[in-house]
Amino acid sequence: MKEIRIHARAGQGAITTAALLGYVYFLKGMYPYAFPHFGAARMGAPMNAFVRVDSQPVRLRSQIYEPDYVIVVDSTLMRGFNCFSGLKEDGIAIINGKEAVEIPKVKARQKVFLVPANDIALKTIGRPLGNTTLLGAYAAATGEIDLEHLSEAIKKRFSGRAQEGNIQAAKQGFEYISEAISYGARRAT
Amino acid sequence: MKEFLEGSRVVAEIVKLCKPGVISAYPITPQTHIVEELAQFVASGESDAQFVNVESEHSAASVVLGGSASGVRVYTATSSQGLFYMAEVLFNIAGLRLPVLMTCANRAISAPINIWNDQQDSVSLRDSGWIQLYAEDIQEVADLHLIGYRIAEDKSMMLPVMICMDGFTLTHGIETADMPSQELVNKFLPAYKPLYKLDVENPITMGPLVDPDYYMEARYAVQQTLREAIKFIPKVTAEFSKVFGRDYNGLIEGYRINDAERVIVAMGSVCGTVKETVDALRAKGKKVGLLKIMSYRPFPYEEIYAALKGIPRVAVLDRALSLGSYAPLAAEVKAAFFGKKKKPAVISSFVVGLGGRDITKDSIKEVFSLLTAKERVGEFIDLKPELLKEEY
Repeated sequence: MKEIRIHARAGQGAITTAALLGYVYFLKGMYPYAFPHFGAARMGAPMNAFVRVDSQPVRLRSQIYEPDYVIVVDSTLMRGFNCFSGLKEDGIAIINGKEAVEIPKVKARQKVFLVPANDIALKTIGRPLGNTTLLGAYAAATGEIDLEHLSEAIKKRFSGRAQEGNIQAAKQGFEYISEAISYGARRAT
Repeated sequence: MKEFLEGSRVVAEIVKLCKPGVISAYPITPQTHIVEELAQFVASGESDAQFVNVESEHSAASVVLGGSASGVRVYTATSSQGLFYMAEVLFNIAGLRLPVLMTCANRAISAPINIWNDQQDSVSLRDSGWIQLYAEDIQEVADLHLIGYRIAEDKSMMLPVMICMDGFTLTHGIETADMPSQELVNKFLPAYKPLYKLDVENPITMGPLVDPDYYMEARYAVQQTLREAIKFIPKVTAEFSKVFGRDYNGLIEGYRINDAERVIVAMGSVCGTVKETVDALRAKGKKVGLLKIMSYRPFPYEEIYAALKGIPRVAVLDRALSLGSYAPLAAEVKAAFFGKKKKPAVISSFVVGLGGRDITKDSIKEVFSLLTAKERVGEFIDLKPELLKEEY
């Protein structure tokens, strides 16, 4: 079983992100359960969306406290709130942000990836909605899903220009992280 | 066909396949996506139903009452305060023997205001004469709606059915469900043929004033039918199984209880979390299990007695209260053993997950660990003592 926790503000598309990610796992033949948890139910309030996925139907209905993966849609949430709370020893976090984001100290086997998803989204979609870029980055960072399934999920969800833009956004997010990983690997050798 | 869908969407799709003639709802909080999707289906011509957008839940219930009385299949959905606002009409619907089906997206009741999930809303309406069936997951939600219409509209029943699904957990949760084709739905659920209907050509009166000479018999008849429903529900689920291949008995479900020493009794989506916890504890050699209640009304006393009579310790989880008395589900499970010789040595009662308080595997483990020789009465799990200090 894998557990993914998404941190966002209400209105930033976290539920769509969870639904898309869940659908990608569904296309892989797995059994995802994607669900939101609302705080104060109004725009801008911090909220979570979750995906729990297994090869069998998921029965556990609680929120996710020890995620394998964390996706931070809005890095301003990291001020004064620990988005990495309970992250597994070998967990991976994908954060929408640039170098200026202050990242908490992580454990030896944990990995953190920064992706300027809003910038990429502005270029590809025309609006600073980094969700599909983050999912592309998630695919590259975790190796859990592939870009083809992600594009298929985006095609089902969006149409017209939004569809093209989001497919591009996911691709660029994927490439951004793939390059960062191969650059890191080259530097390490 | 297996699809990955939000619970509310699943309900809307299933209701569309059931081809109701009238759908009525009050469109704002505490409403769900269910009627939003149905309104869309009607607007786009995918559904022939007449969608009546009303100014309150009281009116929504009244419209489906009228629709059903005029002889068509009807549907509505609500939760929480909305369900309470329907309350007097709901008693009328049952008393008039109208086979209305509604979905209750279980949510907490004010005050304090809280939009999150528990089961206080539907549990509080247990005395209304409606059959109440509780779903554990989204597949069950889908299936229970089909089963519900069949039960409601059978000539031996003619009673309304409320399908209860946990708010957010199931209404806003997205998971895989096997969605039926129109052909299979038609095969299982034929068009509704009313016994009586309001018809200007052949006028009858429904719901007249009934004086003390007749009232008790009408109420007795509802009670008697609900008793018969305990035998009838498993017949419908057996037919459902023949068409769709999924087995329910519709009343209760035992999970790893055969050799169990400690068993939790629960309703709704929390049963999934309990099953996970049972498997984890079983892996460590603990003999634990779950008894899921699917039918809260009618309450299957005899089936519960038979399932639990040999279990040494039983814990009942309530996600609602009867303020000033025992927790409602616990009281009835205990009543199933009243006067019986063979029964659990301990039946403890726990209150969990009110107003959306998360129920984790640890919460369930705590219940099992508190299920000792000492009987617990309405003990709250995951309570925060620091919030209970009195300050003026």
